[in-house]
Amino acid sequence: MSGHSSFESNNAVIKWIEYRLPIFGFINDSLVVYPTPKNLNYWWNMGSLAGVMLMVQIITGIILAMHYTPHADMAFASTEHIMRDVNYGWLMRYMHANGGSMFFIVVYIHIFRGMYYGSYKSPRELLWWLGIIIFILMMATAFMGYVLPWGQMSFWGATVITNLFSAVPLVGDVIVSWLWGGYSVAQPTLNRFYSLHYLLPFAIFAVVFLHLWALHVHKSNNPLGIDIKGPQDTIPFHPYYTVKDLYGMGIFAIIFAWLLFFAPNLLGEPDNYIPANPLVTPTHIVPEWYFLPFYAILRAIPDKLGGVIAMFASLLILFVLPWLDTSKVRSARFRPVYKMLFWAFFIVCMGLGYLGAKPAEGIFVIFSRLGTALYFLFFLVLPFIGWFERPRKLPESISAAVLDDSGGGGGGAIEGAAAKAEDRG
Amino acid sequence: MADSKGGDGHDPSRRDFLYVAAGGLGAVGVAGAVWPMIDQMNPSQDVLALSSIEVDLSGIAEGQSITVSWRGKPVFIRHRTAAEIAAAKAVSMDELPDPEGDEARAQKPEWLILVGVCTHLGCVPLGQQGEYNGWFCPCHGSHYDTSGRIRKGPAPLNLPVPDYVYLDDNNIKIG
Repeated sequence: MSGHSSFESNNAVIKWIEYRLPIFGFINDSLVVYPTPKNLNYWWNMGSLAGVMLMVQIITGIILAMHYTPHADMAFASTEHIMRDVNYGWLMRYMHANGGSMFFIVVYIHIFRGMYYGSYKSPRELLWWLGIIIFILMMATAFMGYVLPWGQMSFWGATVITNLFSAVPLVGDVIVSWLWGGYSVAQPTLNRFYSLHYLLPFAIFAVVFLHLWALHVHKSNNPLGIDIKGPQDTIPFHPYYTVKDLYGMGIFAIIFAWLLFFAPNLLGEPDNYIPANPLVTPTHIVPEWYFLPFYAILRAIPDKLGGVIAMFASLLILFVLPWLDTSKVRSARFRPVYKMLFWAFFIVCMGLGYLGAKPAEGIFVIFSRLGTALYFLFFLVLPFIGWFERPRKLPESISAAVLDDSGGGGGGAIEGAAAKAEDRG
Repeated sequence: MADSKGGDGHDPSRRDFLYVAAGGLGAVGVAGAVWPMIDQMNPSQDVLALSSIEVDLSGIAEGQSITVSWRGKPVFIRHRTAAEIAAAKAVSMDELPDPEGDEARAQKPEWLILVGVCTHLGCVPLGQQGEYNGWFCPCHGSHYDTSGRIRKGPAPLNLPVPDYVYLDDNNIKIG
């Protein structure tokens, strides 16, 4: 992306190609010599892990599409055919289904990391926006993918989620029957969901490219949240962060493998092993775990349109986060009030996730409403925090904080040193 | 690889070993992960389960032939007349592009069983046709005789004989 590259090679073939298409220089600039803050901790592993999971999902998904039949009469049987008859089909499907969960875990940590360290703030607002777009595309992709096995949860999940649009005044019913291609979720719905489920990952791939392009303009944020002031603040991406990313990937792969081989149905719903029946709804409908906080917000509002608006608002409000946060200090390490608020917000999100899995009755409804109120309260009080909060003293530079083990730079420097010790371990 | 010249406390051979060992183990891991993705395209268990069929021969009159489907391909079962058998046996090996005796191609002379896929480019030849009254492939003009052997045209080999056994006098199992 950058104009001039420092890349040089003595190999005649590489030089010939480089003169015409500077691809080696591009790779060299963005993955090898790419200057990276020297103080990144393991929370910065999530970006590359998310990229790896996207590729895992695309590859296993293309393989599943070779054996799957997107027809209402055959989809369930073809899924079981994959599980029983296709060589390693069980592995491909479990990898894809659990891979979706692992992808969301990584992306949620990535988002919370960005919120804790203020990575969304200027000049990274568009980077943050592109990330939210990826997140929304992921949710759409995951939802449509879950419909494809055409089990009971697939069918009724599709019915419930598409019915959200019936809350739209006047044209709601028209929109819903347009989504369905009929009077209910049926063959046309399944067929179009299959088409879109295949398409959207490539749209995600394209937005990831933009996300990385924007990232490489102002480089990674870091745990101190201060700008890179010179070469002394950075180290080359390779080998330092390639190795660190690979090590994290190894740990991640162990967790993924445990889920995949020892508990492949842990995060699934048993009801989805019952073929779709348009005449009988399962007694307890729950979405996949990664939708639960939003599902809890949807159910918390005792009004159809209101619930749908609240649910979409809870997602879209992330777009204005860079402007709601009025503090100039990025990292929560130096923001005592924001730090508490962040952890409160984190607990509220977890709590909403728990409540989303519970039946919508009694005490759960009351807590869901409380959680929903607190969720939005975070965004409402955020602008005021920046005005009265007294941030701790920021270190002079990344390298100064890393080198200063004596703690002369105040609490921040001590924290920085602690992070460095963790990194060594 | 490692180019440390000593004096820095590193033993170059030890470092080389670590490089090769780590790289080798990585390669084994990648191969293990890639194999399922390749193997999934091989015939699945339900396809393999359908790889043999049984055929009742009793309804096929002399001089008549039928075509059955086996592994998605046509199989010709021809109840040969005495004249056809005699014609097939009378051919000299020198005349055949792919020399093979008629005895080796039919367990019982009156029943000829062939995979009906032209050995040229995979079309299905037409029965009781061609210059040798065996099969004629309309795609590129290959002529097969009454033993299903290639006699003329671009096809290089005889029509293959599938594995089959007689379950009893009137029933065979192909595959």
